[in-house]
Amino acid sequence: MKALKPSWQAVLAIVLCLVAAIWGAMSVPEVAAGTQPTATIEYPYMGTKGLMYGIAIVAAVLSMFVLVPALEALILFAGSTTVALLLLHGIAGFEGTARAPYYLLLAAAWLLGWRCVAVLSSMKPSSRGLATALKLAVPALFGVWILVWWEAVTRGAGIPFILLPPPSSVGVRIVNSLPVLWADVNQTIFHSVLIGYVLGCASGFIAAILADRFVFLRRGLIPIGNMVSALPIIGVAPIMVMWFGFDWHSKAAVVVIMTFFPMLVNTVAGLAASGHMERDLMRTYASNYWQTLAKLRLPAAGPFIFNALKINSTLALIGAIVAEFFGTPVVGMGFRISTEVGRMNVDMVWAEIAVAALAGSVFYGVVALIERAATFWHPSVRGG
Amino acid sequence: MDTLRSKIIPVTTILLIIVAIWYVGAVAMNAPFQRDMDSRNNATPGTMEFIGKTLAQPKPTLPAPHQVAQNFFENTFTRKITSNRSLVYHAWVTLSSTLLGFAFGTVLGIVIAVGIVHVTTLDRSLMPWIIASQTIPILAIAPMVIVVLAAVGITGLIPKALISTYLSFFPVAVGMVKGLRSPELMHLDLMHTYNASRSQTFWKLRVPASVPFLFASMKVAVAASLVGAIVGELPTGAVAGIGAKLLAGAYYSQTIDIWSALVAGSVVAALLVALVGLAGRLVDRAMGGRPA
Repeated sequence: MKALKPSWQAVLAIVLCLVAAIWGAMSVPEVAAGTQPTATIEYPYMGTKGLMYGIAIVAAVLSMFVLVPALEALILFAGSTTVALLLLHGIAGFEGTARAPYYLLLAAAWLLGWRCVAVLSSMKPSSRGLATALKLAVPALFGVWILVWWEAVTRGAGIPFILLPPPSSVGVRIVNSLPVLWADVNQTIFHSVLIGYVLGCASGFIAAILADRFVFLRRGLIPIGNMVSALPIIGVAPIMVMWFGFDWHSKAAVVVIMTFFPMLVNTVAGLAASGHMERDLMRTYASNYWQTLAKLRLPAAGPFIFNALKINSTLALIGAIVAEFFGTPVVGMGFRISTEVGRMNVDMVWAEIAVAALAGSVFYGVVALIERAATFWHPSVRGG
Repeated sequence: MDTLRSKIIPVTTILLIIVAIWYVGAVAMNAPFQRDMDSRNNATPGTMEFIGKTLAQPKPTLPAPHQVAQNFFENTFTRKITSNRSLVYHAWVTLSSTLLGFAFGTVLGIVIAVGIVHVTTLDRSLMPWIIASQTIPILAIAPMVIVVLAAVGITGLIPKALISTYLSFFPVAVGMVKGLRSPELMHLDLMHTYNASRSQTFWKLRVPASVPFLFASMKVAVAASLVGAIVGELPTGAVAGIGAKLLAGAYYSQTIDIWSALVAGSVVAALLVALVGLAGRLVDRAMGGRPA
């Protein structure tokens, strides 16, 4: 039995550390300090340089011993996170001075993080709660590492603030301008999006029931609906702004138009989803059209309807934000994005984008949770 | 005969009804402005004359279908295609960035899908983020991307194409993951008994099995990338393209122009989707697929 099991990530991380150590100075001030040993020049990582190399190499070597996967993941996680934190902490005040070893060390830490994710995703925990936690932890780690790279590169290379602000300053901006962000969310999400979404989905649903009741209508509407879903409907935004004014009504109208057709097409497809056997059973019960609809066909159409609701949750947000580019009162997410771009307040723009992303994910998540509760009988939910 | 009764007649009827509603709506929505005009000019037109006038306003609230058709025809066929009043010119500007973005997006989507299918770590860590990226209103970033890239000195086609890329890679990635995983266990086992290597399994089994999925998702992707190109033109300040035409129309209340730009966008979308569908059928036939 062998005590070592090499992994390419850990080996490569060690190689990168060694290359970085041989390369020497991690930043421009450190080079200056090296050439003038008498002068006292402050440079980043005065005390922590050796520590960082040490932690990275030790974690990499330890991870290659045969260990319990959980312990291996823990060592890798601790090692990679500590190195990343030290790197980010040390560069403060010396933005834009990083040299190649900085990035090599970052890459080494990232490889350890990757190895950690790989170990985590190959684990097969017995209990269900742990499995769920793992399912959440793996993508979360991935997301965190994207943020770390973003932060480290923007600050290490000193990328101009206007081009790409580091995530930390975006975070600070979010915390500092909560009232403004809240007002925008209130305008865009709670008025334009939600009202338009409810109206659009409801009217699409009613149209689908009508189309189901009258075959002629269905044959005429469905091809048109399929075609319309490929069209750039977002283009009606300026017309709606002209008709309904600058306030949220026009945005809600755009959202209604954007959400109507996906709901119509999906609901009609869903109403055809129940099997012949079940329908025949309802006939033997002498149930009429509406009873069959309410007790058999609508529940069977549930997955399709929720699919449309999920698609629409994204479309509604896009529709409302883009419609605001064509004219708004002085509040709203689309308005804020377009004006702050003009004023070069890029961190505010990114804050707004982060809030929009969060709102979109929450919206989608809520619909998905309702779906799980409502269509609990469906194989895709039950089989999970 | 059967298609005539089950398809053409219902679709035409519904379309006719829509046009009729459109005319009624045009009269109703343009009437207040026309009444205002008439009372100022002390004109007392008869009912028919009044309706005729509402359908012939230069800047109507809702232009009548024939006004839009006339404007569309004029701007498409009678102008030189190099003139910046020609819709063909604007459609071409939008189309070029759409196609570039679509090509980028398709390649990116396929690369991501191949990675996800072959590397477990990527599957577990990247897939949730790709799905989450769909819930983010990417179009909100469009003006950002344009302005930032313009600041670095990249202007013209590429920034718009990047937005199209972002919108179109998603359906392709998801569709291709599904497609590359579509071979059943039986087929994979058969490849195993042939002692096929991973790359042989990939090229001879997975890739052919994924082609129908690829074309189905490319249809969605091409429509999405047209939307991306149109929205990408908005913050560039209305220079050229269908989006710019929309914005200019919105600024100067040229409603007929907006509507004919919309019609042009729809025609481009329909053409693109039809082309992708045709390509899909040709490839299917070349691969020996038989009509079901």
